[in-house]
Amino acid sequence: MATGIRIRTSTKDELTTVQAILKHPMDTGNSRDPETGNLIPALFIETVTIYHGDKVILTCDWGRAVSKNPYLSFSFKGAKTGDTVRISWQDSNGNTESKEAVIQ
Amino acid sequence: MNFTRRNFISRLASGAAIIVAGLLKPILAFADWNVDAFNAETESDALAKFFPGLEVTPSDAITIGVHDLVENGAVVPLKVNTELPNIESIAILVEKNPNPLIANFNLTPACAGFVATRIKVGEPSNITAIVKSDGKLFSTTKFVEVIEGGCG
Repeated sequence: MATGIRIRTSTKDELTTVQAILKHPMDTGNSRDPETGNLIPALFIETVTIYHGDKVILTCDWGRAVSKNPYLSFSFKGAKTGDTVRISWQDSNGNTESKEAVIQ
Repeated sequence: MNFTRRNFISRLASGAAIIVAGLLKPILAFADWNVDAFNAETESDALAKFFPGLEVTPSDAITIGVHDLVENGAVVPLKVNTELPNIESIAILVEKNPNPLIANFNLTPACAGFVATRIKVGEPSNITAIVKSDGKLFSTTKFVEVIEGGCG
């Protein structure tokens, strides 16, 4: 399973906008493998937690119908250049991944 | 203590159950994921399970940014903006999807009233955004025409 988290931030008028792509198949459990015809088991990100420094600023609960390689964007205030934003997710099989970025 | 074989096995099993429960606990603490709401097959059932006992009021202080007509239902860019005060959460539902509850975002006071993501839409459907503000639920709905469904 290819994984990876890409994070971009931009700050304007004291509002920091975070854009992220979380590499994940987001399999619904309803589609079939085109070669074998077998159902591909469900495997999708269920929770995402975003931290500014060590403070949680946003949490997400996702179902299977968030698109493959999920895109997430939101904005928050109170950040300074050089602060960190960390994104971590957990999927329906208990896999986790986490990545930190420095706010621009 | 009475050391019969049966007694020993049952003690072993209960000991194992305690150990497994201990191992699972930290995972459950991280993922407080509402299985019943996300597996619900109708919008009303999903809402009843996700927001038990709360009524939803239509509001024009919420906008859903999504194209009226999308070609590929597998990747539908969508953003929700709201002017409502003290936002606790923003949820997205697609009425005609097999499981209508798509996502919920829990905001903190530092967050602006905005989230964006990309979702799968199986067939032409109403998309509803539900914003929890000051403990009450407000909604807005937008119909999206889909040429090729994306729930595969």
